[in-house]
Amino acid sequence: MSDTIAQLEIGEKGIICDIALDNIPLKLLEMGCLPGKEVELLQKAPLNDPLYIRVNESYIAIRVETALQIAIDKI
Amino acid sequence: MGTKTFIKIALVGNPNTGKTSLFNRLTGLNQKVGNYPGITVDKKQGVCRLSKKITASVIDLPGTYSINPTSADENIVYETLINDKNPDHPDVVVVVAEVENLKRNLFLFTQIKDLEIPTVLVINMADQMERKGISIDVQALEKALSTKVILLSARKKTGIDALKSVLKEYQSINTKTVADISERIHGHFFERIKEDLPHFSTYKSWLLITQKGTSDFISEKDQEKINFFKSRSNKINKFQHKEAVFRYQVINDILKETYSKNRTKGTDLRGVLDRILTHKVFGYIFFALLLTLIFQSIFAWASIPMNWIDSAFAQLSEFAKLNLPEGKFTDLIIEGVIPGIGGIVIFVPQIAILFMFVAILEETGYMSRVVFLMDKIMRRFGMSGKSVIPLVSGTACAIPAIMSSRNIESWRERLITILVVPFTTCSARIPVYAILIALIIPEKRYLGIFNLQGLTLLALYILGFTAAFLSALLLHKVLKIKTRSFFVIELPSYKIPSIKNIGITVLEKTKAFVFGAGKIIFAISIVLWFLASYGGKDFKNSEEIVKSKPTSVELTENELSREIATYQLENSYIGKLGKTIEPAIKPLGYDWKIGIALLSSFAAREVFVGTLATIYSVADDGENATTIKERMNSEINPITGGKRFNFATGMSLLLFYAFAMQCMGTLAVVKRETNSWKWPILQLVGMTALAYIIALIAFQFLK
Repeated sequence: MSDTIAQLEIGEKGIICDIALDNIPLKLLEMGCLPGKEVELLQKAPLNDPLYIRVNESYIAIRVETALQIAIDKI
Repeated sequence: MGTKTFIKIALVGNPNTGKTSLFNRLTGLNQKVGNYPGITVDKKQGVCRLSKKITASVIDLPGTYSINPTSADENIVYETLINDKNPDHPDVVVVVAEVENLKRNLFLFTQIKDLEIPTVLVINMADQMERKGISIDVQALEKALSTKVILLSARKKTGIDALKSVLKEYQSINTKTVADISERIHGHFFERIKEDLPHFSTYKSWLLITQKGTSDFISEKDQEKINFFKSRSNKINKFQHKEAVFRYQVINDILKETYSKNRTKGTDLRGVLDRILTHKVFGYIFFALLLTLIFQSIFAWASIPMNWIDSAFAQLSEFAKLNLPEGKFTDLIIEGVIPGIGGIVIFVPQIAILFMFVAILEETGYMSRVVFLMDKIMRRFGMSGKSVIPLVSGTACAIPAIMSSRNIESWRERLITILVVPFTTCSARIPVYAILIALIIPEKRYLGIFNLQGLTLLALYILGFTAAFLSALLLHKVLKIKTRSFFVIELPSYKIPSIKNIGITVLEKTKAFVFGAGKIIFAISIVLWFLASYGGKDFKNSEEIVKSKPTSVELTENELSREIATYQLENSYIGKLGKTIEPAIKPLGYDWKIGIALLSSFAAREVFVGTLATIYSVADDGENATTIKERMNSEINPITGGKRFNFATGMSLLLFYAFAMQCMGTLAVVKRETNSWKWPILQLVGMTALAYIIALIAFQFLK
């Protein structure tokens, strides 16, 4: 099993390789969260959820349950 | 083609791109906030002069990342742009982008451009390009997007004239598509669409196909064709995904040639601030301190202008009394209208301060950080991090707060938020709290800074939030609704708030609030005055009845006239009504006069003070005009001989107002937002029953 955004530590980066399309909102794709894009985990909220990420030059927060749907290769 | 002298412009863009700043620049104070028919999204419209001959109406559409609507707000954008029969359908669209995240902004731009409507691109915050190391080849970008591109700074007022002259010539703008999706996604499928619906742009047909449900603005024949495509392809989701990928490819190719960013440049303000403000410990401390500051200042700052307003209205009554001819009409003005209006104007300072703080939190970008910090905690109560915004703005007014819950993706989280928002201490409760606190809590200071009255107010705010959270928890356990919950929020870069934007927001909202509440209070105080000034047989003969009492012989003339006035009030229509409900509220420590105020408060809470003002001024012998507070303070409980507004009654009233659902406006909005009577009725009954029980317990313990 490959890593997902939820496995990143603060400051770590990865490249999105696969997205479970049925389980994530279209809005996230439209904001540019797409395969091939680099993701960086910037901050975790208290209790480690949601996650504050940078992707496609957007700064967004998503919940861990959504992050688990986005597979990445760590870099 | 003739030149039109009146054109319609729509501003569209991602949230946080400074779209509203540009709107304020274009229209100045020449704008009005209305409602879209049927729904309660704020509709901001204004007028702008483009040249001597051409004027334009400018509409500021809600911020959105995509034309595909996922919320009621975004649906407005979709409907306005796609339905050419919509009265707001624009002649020309201005897409407002922001210089730093041009890529994501262009996603929306390409969608709108593909609808084949004249569309221009404004790149806002251009003044920050140098500092951030960004350069843009405007000419090449114009060519690639086949439209006009204007670099602009709404803050620094640059580029506005260039935009205006482009808009004047909007008819010359190319309406070619930039990212023709048909070839790339599924050639055959889109070929059929083009053939079957030749009078729509391909992208318009595609959007119609991807929406759930039917669209009432297209003909039945067209809808049939659209339905055919809907049923034919089970791959619509997949196509939408492909579309997003394809659009970003097109955008990346364009930006590679036209946009460059020197990454070594630029200060990392976001990083520094976020490390503190979203920190696990400091983030919460900062938020708590901020809330304390806000609530303390509402009470401290506002008290001075409030005292002025209070005595100004007392003087106005006095002045009117001396200068108007005697008669029924004058009585209505002095005893009904002036105290009624005074009852709302007095809390303008407090709601203005509150609206100002909420606007500042939104403008700076801090509000989204709070959403991020609070999401996990809020979820335990069945809400979303985004519920923080309704709950905080609920301290100003529940109506806009409930509307601001629209961006919560999950219906269940949104419904719980809507149901509990009315517990938060809205500004309509402030005048009630303020006057009761002033009557029953001594004006003491602790440690030099903590004002006891201020602390009591703070405790009431905390009580409101606690009630909201506990009932949310209850609903979370009880409600059996299953919806999938998504949560995506952008954390915008920090901005210094623009004084102009904040000023306009505060002005608009305060105005809307005062006039909205003012109308109700005005009407109610007139009705009350009539009910208090007329009555049956006993009312008409009150002078003889009082004089014929054996005890009346020993009274002085002043005492006698006071006795008559009291007797009159008790036997007026309103007195009879109050007496009827008195048994029900007596266990809470209220008399029939408070009962009347309580009843009329079900229209709106703030009516309480005005009602008491009206009732007491009718009962007054009229020798001296005093402030409402003085009148309430001198009211005597005939049974105990003590003050009517003693500690027990005051606390019982405070608690009643903290919990009861007394606002018709909120109920109406809940009905509209939930599309059912079930929820507002649940709120009305549940909250009011809770209020009654708690006020009852409090009074019985304290008396």
